[in-house]
Amino acid sequence: MGEFIDALAIALKAGIGFQAVFLALLALGINMQFGYTGLLNFGQIAFAMVGAYGIAVSVSQWGLNFWVGVAIGIAAAVALALLLGLPTLRLRADYLAIATIASAEGLRLLFRSVSATPVTNGSRGISGFNSTFRELAPWDTGRRYRILGTFWSGADLWVTTVGWTLVALGCLLVWSLVRSPWGRVVKSIREDEDAVRALGKNVYVYKMQALVLGGVFGALGGMIYAIGTGSATPDQYQNANTFLAYAALILGGAARVLGPVVGAMLMYFIIQFADSGLRSLIETGVIPEGLLSTTDVAQIRFVIIGLGLILLLVFRPQGIFGDRREVMLDAR
Amino acid sequence: MPAEPIRTGATASRDRLPAREALRDVPWEVGVAKPDPTIVVDGVIRTFGGLTAVSVDHLEIQRGGITGLIGPNGAGKTTLFNLLTGFDQPDGGTWSFDGRPLGKLASHQVARLGVVRTFQLTKALSRLTVLQNMLLGAQGQRGEGFFSALVPGLWRGQEQANTEKALELLRRFKLDAKKDDFAGTLSGGQRKLLEMARALMSDPKVVMLDEPMAGVNPALTQSLLGHVKDLREQGMTVIFVEHDMDVVRDISDWVVVMAAGNVIAEGPPESISQNQAVVDAYLGAHHDAPLTIEEEDAQLAEAEASISRQGRGGGESLSSDATHRKGGDR
Repeated sequence: MGEFIDALAIALKAGIGFQAVFLALLALGINMQFGYTGLLNFGQIAFAMVGAYGIAVSVSQWGLNFWVGVAIGIAAAVALALLLGLPTLRLRADYLAIATIASAEGLRLLFRSVSATPVTNGSRGISGFNSTFRELAPWDTGRRYRILGTFWSGADLWVTTVGWTLVALGCLLVWSLVRSPWGRVVKSIREDEDAVRALGKNVYVYKMQALVLGGVFGALGGMIYAIGTGSATPDQYQNANTFLAYAALILGGAARVLGPVVGAMLMYFIIQFADSGLRSLIETGVIPEGLLSTTDVAQIRFVIIGLGLILLLVFRPQGIFGDRREVMLDAR
Repeated sequence: MPAEPIRTGATASRDRLPAREALRDVPWEVGVAKPDPTIVVDGVIRTFGGLTAVSVDHLEIQRGGITGLIGPNGAGKTTLFNLLTGFDQPDGGTWSFDGRPLGKLASHQVARLGVVRTFQLTKALSRLTVLQNMLLGAQGQRGEGFFSALVPGLWRGQEQANTEKALELLRRFKLDAKKDDFAGTLSGGQRKLLEMARALMSDPKVVMLDEPMAGVNPALTQSLLGHVKDLREQGMTVIFVEHDMDVVRDISDWVVVMAAGNVIAEGPPESISQNQAVVDAYLGAHHDAPLTIEEEDAQLAEAEASISRQGRGGGESLSSDATHRKGGDR
């Protein structure tokens, strides 16, 4: 029993750790793009990567100030969004999807390539850029702290605190945008952009604004992740994370302000709990060794998560916060 | 034009209508000049590969009137709509609204000038409420800018005024009870009403309706007709595409007939059904009705001859049956 409670505590910690912040910020951006505006960004991780490398390269390679690095990271995300949006946003929705998924993979390969090594340090990545950030912590980052039965290093606690503050501010921004006439226009674009055009709105500009805003959220997520892990390596930014963020968004409820946040927390909790919970069950003998060994857990947990997502879509397609009537309208 | 909008509804007397009056002496010719044109089209051509979808030499639309645009399927009516509203770009030609050329403008810019359209396949914004659909139509909203949206004080008053206007329009279109429902839950006819009401939120000068009555039950058609006439009463110019000739005859001041991309006839509604070019366009130049007695006899004889050549069996009874029915129709 004690093992099981420990497993629960580990999962809880994962659900509120900086990895969950990372996922929440990715999903927050996707919610703006996909949930509200109907843009299919399948390369959100690329925005996270340019955000993370914005800090890493500026601070460690170029010796710039940390905050200049943050500004460069955000500017890089804006530039990437404009670059992806300019040619594709006048076209059908699927072109953006193709362009984003390709650029996410392409950018990762570029960052880890030999020719980019002088700047990005190749596949080994960059570290040692978060000391300025750590020094800002109001508590001793060297100590360990005990919170709700889980242990946190002071540095992790600081990153996590700043991360959730960012998430809260992001939610506030999204909330105030989507309840305004601006939000009404982007939601209408999601429904039918020709109708919006016929009513005198410049659809292209709205789509671009949503893409840029979502990309900046993604960049912030990447920064939190890089600062949390203390390093930026290209292979941390696999595009699978984008789809994990989509799953989190759907779990929480798309086009709901808190949907991506709660979805991301729950997602990390479930991933971690499927792992630690299964292990504790095997170790205590509840699951016999012959059926499942601890080495299988890493694989089997994603099977369980996939099954859970399928069941979610069957029985609660609107996610946690969604409105079933609204989601089912398309099914008519 | 009346000094202030008078809403007399569907019972408006046709004789008093200024557009009808103004068009009385206009000859019934293709490309004829109107006394007070608002939209002027010149040499607009649109081809899709080898197919010429639209080729209009000259067309003027009278201000403040209801112009019906009719024609068989594939005549280019909707394509012309798309061209005029910036949803499609022509291969050549110019067109203007109130003297202002529209050729280089994007669709939203055309709409901002006061030319709004509806769509053949109704575009209700399903997952927005009816009221939100309406509010989207309002023009010049301060809260639609990214940064000003974050300061509710800037737009709250305007939003309030727009909401009142929207509710007033919804009452007129008898959709006020549905204002908080998702537009996706409305029936097809209600969506048509909503789309028209939404277009009116922008205070348009020209309203272009693409098949407003399609798929609408007869009772609702009457109310839609009343609304279209109301638009004219309020001084708007209406252009509409329609297939139902009763509707066209009932509300149009002027009818433009298209076929195979060209305007083939223009005139008041009563002139159209007698126009040989129109009859040919709808029924084909070699249409078989009305047949003369001699022609029918000849065809019957030919059919019977071919039947007897083919021999007996089910084919015979079927063919003769069809022939008899055709005769009975006449």
